[in-house]
Order: sequence, then C-alpha cells, then structure tokens
Amino acid sequence: MTETLKIADLHVAVEGKPILRGVNLTIRRGETHALMGPNGSGKSTLGNAVMGHPSYEVTGGTIELNGENVLEWDASERARAGIFMAFQRPMSIPGVKMADFLRHAATNVRNPDRKEGADLIPMREFRKELKEKMADLRMDVEFARRYVNDGFSGGEMKRAEILQLAMLRPKFAILDETDSGLDVDAVKLASQSIAQISQETDKGQEMGILIITHHDKLLDQNTPDFTHVMLGGKIVETGGVELARELYTEGYDRVRAAHPDAAKLEAELQENDAVAV
Amino acid sequence: MATDVLPTTNASTDSIGEINKYNFVTPTTGVFKARKGIDAEIVAQISEMKGEPAWMREFRLEAFEIFESKPMPNWGGDISLDFQDIYYYLKPTSEQGKTWDDVPQEIKETFEKLGIPEAERKYLAGVKAQFESEVVYGSLQEDLAEKGVIFTDTDTAVKEHPDLLREYFATIIPPHDNKFAALNSAVWSGGSFIYIPPGVKIEFPLQAYFRINAENMGQFERTLIIVDEGAEVHYVEGCTAPMYTTESLHSAVVEVVVKKNGRCRYTTIQNWANNIYNLVTKRAMAYENALMEWVDGNLGSKLTMKYPAVYMMEPGARGEILSIAFSSTGQHQDAGAKLVHCAPNTSGRIISKSISKNGGRSSYRGLCKVEDGAVGSKSSVVCDALILDPESRSDTYPYIEVEERDVQIEHEASVSRIGEEQLFYLMSRGLTEAEASSMIVSGFIEPLIKELPMEYAVEMNRLIELQMEGSVG
Repeated sequence: MTETLKIADLHVAVEGKPILRGVNLTIRRGETHALMGPNGSGKSTLGNAVMGHPSYEVTGGTIELNGENVLEWDASERARAGIFMAFQRPMSIPGVKMADFLRHAATNVRNPDRKEGADLIPMREFRKELKEKMADLRMDVEFARRYVNDGFSGGEMKRAEILQLAMLRPKFAILDETDSGLDVDAVKLASQSIAQISQETDKGQEMGILIITHHDKLLDQNTPDFTHVMLGGKIVETGGVELARELYTEGYDRVRAAHPDAAKLEAELQENDAVAV
Repeated sequence: MATDVLPTTNASTDSIGEINKYNFVTPTTGVFKARKGIDAEIVAQISEMKGEPAWMREFRLEAFEIFESKPMPNWGGDISLDFQDIYYYLKPTSEQGKTWDDVPQEIKETFEKLGIPEAERKYLAGVKAQFESEVVYGSLQEDLAEKGVIFTDTDTAVKEHPDLLREYFATIIPPHDNKFAALNSAVWSGGSFIYIPPGVKIEFPLQAYFRINAENMGQFERTLIIVDEGAEVHYVEGCTAPMYTTESLHSAVVEVVVKKNGRCRYTTIQNWANNIYNLVTKRAMAYENALMEWVDGNLGSKLTMKYPAVYMMEPGARGEILSIAFSSTGQHQDAGAKLVHCAPNTSGRIISKSISKNGGRSSYRGLCKVEDGAVGSKSSVVCDALILDPESRSDTYPYIEVEERDVQIEHEASVSRIGEEQLFYLMSRGLTEAEASSMIVSGFIEPLIKELPMEYAVEMNRLIELQMEGSVG
C-alpha cells in the first residue's frame, strides 16, 4: 500500500489569529506536489503546522500519516516518523558543527526508537556517507566543520537544507522556498539534487514531496503531478503542471477574481503582517 | 595541643539536589587535624605543624589580624558562613609521596576513580594532587627539572626555595586585599609553586588535580606561578568534590607573574559539590609584551565568587580571560574578570558565558580599568548569558573606570533564552527536546571548550550533559 500524508480540513492559528481555514491535501509517496500562492497566503504556515511548530496552533482538522494521528506527536517524533521540512529561513546554532548535528539527526531518524545517549551511527560509516552526499551537492568538505547555518550565505543555507534532506531520507518532504535567494546555477543544482534524492526508493517507494515556490526552475526538474493554489488560508484550485506554468507567468489576478471570498481573506491576512505566515 | 585523629569518614551520600558524577567518598585516615574554628592559636599551630620559618608564621598571624578586622563583603553573593564551624587544617600523611607506590591506598583509589593515573600515563608532565590540605603525591618529569623548572607544592617551596618564593609571595595579592585573601594567607596549605626559567617553553600542560574530602573541611590552597622572561607555561587545575550535607568553604589564592615576553595560560575547571562556598582570589601581573590568559570554568558550588584579574604593568602587556559559569538549583555563580591597564598600548579581552537553569543564578561582575597614562590601550568585554527556564536568573555588573582619553573600550552583553525557533529546528531533524537543548548549550560554550586540553574538553562536555539531564520538563 502506498504510504500517505493526509491533511483534512486543517485550521491553524498563530497567536490567536486564524491563518489556515480548512486545508485539504493528500500526498502519496512518489508524488510531487507544487504549492503556490501569493506571499502571506498561508503556505509556510501549512509547512510549520505539518512539522509541529509549537507556535502554530491547530484549531481544527486532522493530519494523518498512514492513518496515524500526527497531531499527537512533537516535531522530533514527526521527523522520526518520516516527515521533513526544508526551512525557508533555517536557524543558526552557533558552536554546533554541521557534522555533529547531522550525525545525531540521522541516527535518530533512522533508528526512531533510539534511547537518549545510545550509540550514534559509527563515525567512519557516517563520514563516508556525508562526504558522498556533500560531493553530490558540490559542497566543500570544510562545510561539515562549520557551525550549523552560522554565517552561511543564503545559498549555503539552502544547500545545507538539501544536504539534510539527502541524509535524513524522509518519506515526505516539504520544501519551503528552497529556491529563493539562489542564483541561476545554484537553482539548477538544487533542482537536480532534489529530483535525484526524491527518486531514490526506500522499500520500493519514492519520496512524496510538497514544493512551495514562486518560480518555475525548481519545477522544471521536479515536474509536479499536482499544483495547488493557496489563497486566504485555503487551497482554492488544484490542477496539473499547466496550472503552475500559468501562475508563474500570469500571476494570481485570475485566481483572485475567481475566488473573491478567499481574496478578501487574503487582504485581511496581509494587514496582519506582524505574524509570519 | 588540640589535635584529634580524623575518623574514617563514611560521609552521607544523600543527594542535595542533583546527581554529581563524583559523588563518592573514600574513607580517609588522617594523621592530624586542627581543632574546629579559627583563632591566633590555631594559626600558630598550623605553622608549627608545618615546621615553617618564623617569617611565614609572622605573616600568617598578621594576616589573621587583617582577616578579623575586615567586614564580610556586602556585595556579590549571600555568604552565610560560620567561621568557627570549619576545620582549617588537615594533614593526611606524615610525608609526601615521592612516587605513585608511596601514595596511600585509599587516596590512590580516589585518584583512580578520577582517572588520574591513566591521564598521567598519557601525557601528564607532572601531577600535583592535593588531597585535603597537603600535597601527597607529586611527580615531575626529569627533563623539566633539568631545564631548571620548579613544580612543587607551596609548602615545600617555603622550605626549599625560600628566597625565590619570598620575592613574590603575597606581593600580587597581599593579605589586606580582601577578607578571604587574608583568611587564606593565615591558614593556607598546599597549592602549587611553579617557576619557569627564562626562555623555557613547556609544550604540554602542567596539571593539578585536587578535591576536598573531609566533611566541614575548608581548603585554602595557595598557588604561585612565576614565568620568567620569554618563558611559556600552561597550567591546568581541575577539581571535583564529593557531596556533603554541611557547608564547606574553599578559599584559594592564586598569584601569577609573567615577565617580559613571557606567556602563561591558567586553566581551571571546577565542579564543586552544591554546598560549597567557593571564594577565590586570582590575579596575574603581566610585564612588557607578556601574555596572561585565564580560562575559568565554574560548575557546582553553592556560591562562587571569583574574578580572575590581569594587571598589565608594562607596555604591550596583554590579558585574556575566558570565563564560563553554569548554575542550577540553589546555586549562585558570581563570576567575572578584571582587566587593569597600567601602561601604554596594553590590550585585554574578556569573554564571559553563563548558563542558568532550574532556578540557578549567574552573575557577571567585571572590571575594566584604564589608569592615567595607559594611552593606546584596548579592552573588549563580551558577555553572553543563556537562560534555560523562567525560574533562572542572570545579571550583569560591568564596571568601567577610564582615566585616560586615548583608549578603546568595548562592552557587549547579551542575554538569551533558549529560542523556541532553535529548538524547533533541531527537533524537526529528529532530536528530542532534551537533546536539542543540550546541543544548543554545548554550542554556546564551544568557544571555551575548544581552548581546553582534549581530556578536559571531554570531561567538561560530560559534566554539562549531566547538568542538562532532566532539565527539560
């Protein structure tokens, strides 16, 4: 049976303000979904809610992984169950080396029942794998010794997120604007890497991915099976790759005109710009 | 004479808060213990038991008068000590151990638990281990002795190197400096005496390991390090203490002289039991183009008040102080540093990091002073505090006194709580909340850890992990 991440009628509030107002989205492993929409429509909120950010309060609806209630799990448990999010703005953790962080993370994700303090992946084995993945991403080996996202350029941060994706091999990945802040060559490399990583199979199944983006480059290499448009905290349209093409060439005016209620909510959300959505 | 034999201690291992890795006690058979409390008679008796020359006896007695005349400090932490309820001197063996074989078995067992023999086999140059009040074991590699390096306990130095010792002893920290320096001067025992001759550079750290191991036992070691012109040394002291249920006092004095072009680094990792008052005076004088570095890590204790100082006495002298404090339930770390610029073109740097959790309190108290005439001097202070929960506290008390115009003084302070965003980021990669917090804390103190010799770095990380256990609810 194909593994499934199912989001149903999801309502999410941040600091008491409703952001998502009934999102429905089902992703099967092997599928590529594009999530588009104007800034502030709630795309990142969806990612954070699925990943389990404590500030994003789920006020209604469900998120299920193969029928299990994800909402009962904290972020760590979700990660170990196979959910991953590449952050739009990853946090820096000064003093913690990328390699140490990744070794710990990979150990936990691959061995979800590991007790705190139990052995990590053997150093030699881990180093070899890390080196290979870094070479794929054309990252200098020195990168592993740098502190997590500390003083990274925008491009380095995004590449570090893709490296984590490669090392953690999740079942489902949400990529939140992993292409933003990258130059043309870097976007191309990122796109190819993501395509390659997402097509690796685990027990015969490929990764299910949700790509949040404003651009076409990432989608060139990762052709979406489905394109969703979010407006005012709801998915208002779903189509194929042609919808994505339309949106990044034509913009959202047609969508706003077709969904006046959602457009009105979007305008209200825009005024609440104190809230990161 | 009021002496009694120390009974075999089977001290209670009742926990008074948190797990302490070194919560073990080895039965000790002491041979001499001064009676409890302090007065001129006890001070004289300590001197007599040590067979000291008259000048040291007079020094102790004068220091005792100064101690009595000085009020308790009315700043810093809350010191509720009964000076008459403390033992001031305990001599565990009648002679110093010359080799490992001569060291009494129960003391050896204690060291074995602390991993000392192994550490020594690996790379120690010389070990001075202070067990209770007297140095019982010391070894120094022959090549060091051949170079004219002296590494001994201070009691031995009084007898064997009286002229050298007297030239510097109590000149950097005189007894009237503060009440606890006076107390130490009156009752001091043990500590290290190090002399590095001109141009001699010691490549590996000299180490001392000591611990308090008798209930109600104060420990008053006295260390003096003289780094002659162009010489270099790194001295490391680490100490761990078993836990007791009554209050105990540790009050050390450490004096360092670094002459022209010399370098000295003094590294301390202290992990005191949670009932110990740790009131230490540490000061160095750095001369022309000399460098003095203090690396100071404070864990445990009930109250620590410690402000390692560098007085930059001649042009080009440099002082660097790296300090870290970790406070938890019932603990107050009042730690900091002092930089005093007494000459032109001197430069100093203080990096202070503190972590408070489970209701612990960490204070940074620092002084940056530029005296008249110290033109072109530079001082920078960075202090960062990390607070792990709402019950814990951090304060900063920076004092800046500048009597010269042409100087550069920078002070940066930050206080942060472990960020929800950082925790979420690490947890989203599969780390548990406790692992994530622990990783953030390790990263926070990384700048200090990487300055430590390898074994101490590993030890420090383990201690921090232990401190972090169960800290996240």
